[in-house]
Amino acid sequence: MHPDTFDPTAGGPPPEQRPDDGSRRTFIKQASGILGLAVAPPFISQAEKLAAYTGKVEGATEMKLKVNGSIRTLRLEPRVTLLDALRENLNLTGSKKGCDQGQCGACTVLVDGRRVNSCLTLAITTQGKEITTIEGLAKGEELHPMQAAFLKHDGFQCGYCTPGQICSAVACVQEGHTKNDAEIREWMSGNLCRCGAYPNIVAAIKEVAGKGDGKS
Amino acid sequence: MNNFAFQTAASAKQATGAFRDDKQAAYLAGGTTLLDLMKLNVLQPSQLVDINSLPYRGITETPDGLRIGAMERMSDVGENALVMQQYPAISESLLLAASPQLRNMASIGGNLLQRTRCGYFRDTAFPCNKRQPGSGCPAINGENRNHAILGTSDQCIATYPGDLAVALIALDAVLHLESAKGKARRVPLLDFYLTPGNTPQRETTLEPGELITAVTVPAAEHARKSKYLKVRDRASYAFALVSAAVGLDVQGGTIRSARVALGSVGTKPWRAQAAEQLLVGKAATEANFRAAAALALQGARPHKHNAFKVELAQNTLVRALQDVAG
Ligand SMILES: Cc1cc2nc3c(=O)[nH]c(=O)nc-3n(C[C@H](O)[C@H](O)[C@H](O)COP(=O)(O)OP(=O)(O)OC[C@H]3O[C@@H](n4cnc5c(N)ncnc54)[C@H](O)[C@@H]3O)c2cc1C
Ligand code: SF4
Ligand code: FES
Ligand code: FES
Repeated sequence: MHPDTFDPTAGGPPPEQRPDDGSRRTFIKQASGILGLAVAPPFISQAEKLAAYTGKVEGATEMKLKVNGSIRTLRLEPRVTLLDALRENLNLTGSKKGCDQGQCGACTVLVDGRRVNSCLTLAITTQGKEITTIEGLAKGEELHPMQAAFLKHDGFQCGYCTPGQICSAVACVQEGHTKNDAEIREWMSGNLCRCGAYPNIVAAIKEVAGKGDGKS
Repeated sequence: MNNFAFQTAASAKQATGAFRDDKQAAYLAGGTTLLDLMKLNVLQPSQLVDINSLPYRGITETPDGLRIGAMERMSDVGENALVMQQYPAISESLLLAASPQLRNMASIGGNLLQRTRCGYFRDTAFPCNKRQPGSGCPAINGENRNHAILGTSDQCIATYPGDLAVALIALDAVLHLESAKGKARRVPLLDFYLTPGNTPQRETTLEPGELITAVTVPAAEHARKSKYLKVRDRASYAFALVSAAVGLDVQGGTIRSARVALGSVGTKPWRAQAAEQLLVGKAATEANFRAAAALALQGARPHKHNAFKVELAQNTLVRALQDVAG
């Protein structure tokens, strides 16, 4: 019994978003597709935020989450994680639930530009923050450079870990932790891949970081 | 996960007030320990009080040394230039811990209060003296590869699993606390953690409702020449099998001061002061490092699956001391 050595090869939830035609490219495009988002009132400031949120909340309560640039109003219990809010309530199923315990990275999203595990983040604590998921990286039909690089370098097999890998990789490059292959591997170690696509993931990140030669 | 009430504390007063009104409330920082254990039903607080807005921030140089606000994140402290240059063991202990995502979330205060990774503690299907006092300890005759060899009792043999506390305890860190009644006090980290004895459920001297506000670390030559060495089953993103935090002030080949602590071998972050005393005044040689390491592990009581830790810890200590001695 070693709960800490989460083993991605020992089974787990199946990829629930298989592309219809079996093509990984379609999968990535679907995962990054644009959603019809409700137009919401202007977002509140940090100061207003504190004043507004300090009351004690019991049971389901209204909260506003800014996801991929749009404000979404939800009624959730405080125990709902950001991952569940995204997947179950906002139908943003790109972020994956691998372990639900912070051990695999499949749920990685950006909050105020920093990568975090959405499975260990309560949705209620992300009010007033900018949440970016895999669905928010592309500009319309134009893939984010990291998405394009993952396609080019075959940075995935089943694709289950991929949305988390890509979000994490975007942050990894922004943080500047891409000096060499070893540094990329160390700073991507929070994202497990049971298919073992690691060498291609490193190649994709290297290319985006501008250090690679562009060939895999 | 059970449901719970929630509030965001705008001030320490609100946070401690919420706790006084509801003794089953828990403070929420990064949530990477708390939510994990709540999902497992190991912890079931009635209310979470979000303390992330409290002003316990800043990584600053003071006349005495380093001051880190309790709400600072592991990632920011680990990559802070002052910490990296003057207190390398602290930076290393942070950057070798968990994952980049978890380090972005986890706070310094929460990190110090993380709970053991004993598999029985984390699984409510099993008895566990720490989780449910008096119910028994299945680890003693069960799966105990990750368990402690120092500071154990016949009630509990769980390790303190964290990295940062090992570096901080080596470098004489002091915790700054604020009680539920608003009273401030300071506790050397050395006096903060408890061995299990007959009360394995009590892990620290933190009072109920008390807040950690900051950690300070005195400046010293052995802090500048310090190192955190972590040995794991895999190259990254794993808890330590054993770890060592050491600091040496060597002048003209002679050790002027030494700091030695071990991680993941003790029921608490393990400072080895006898080993330090042995080193002071001696030459910085492998033979002396070996003698110090043997002394640090004196009295170790391994169990069925973790006898390997005795030698591994000594070798780790020697390697770390050699590295800082240059
Ligand atoms: C998959 C995984 C791998 C990990 N690997 C490592 C590792 O290799 N090395 C390592 O050292 N750690 C590791 N950790 C543990 C991690 O570092 C801790 O969970 C984290 O540091 C806790 O900080 P937090 O802010 O998230 O705490 P929280 O979960 O928010 O809080 C933890 C506890 O501290 C209390 N608390 C928090 N802040 C305060 C305060 N200021 N005053 C009083 N009480 C407070 C809370 O009430 C709670 O009881 C790992 C965790 C996970 C999930
Ligand atoms: S070692 Fe401690 S934490 Fe683990 S089962 Fe025994 S009493 Fe519980
Ligand atoms: S789902 Fe595995 S880390 Fe969040
Ligand atoms: S888990 Fe299948 S591609 Fe990573």
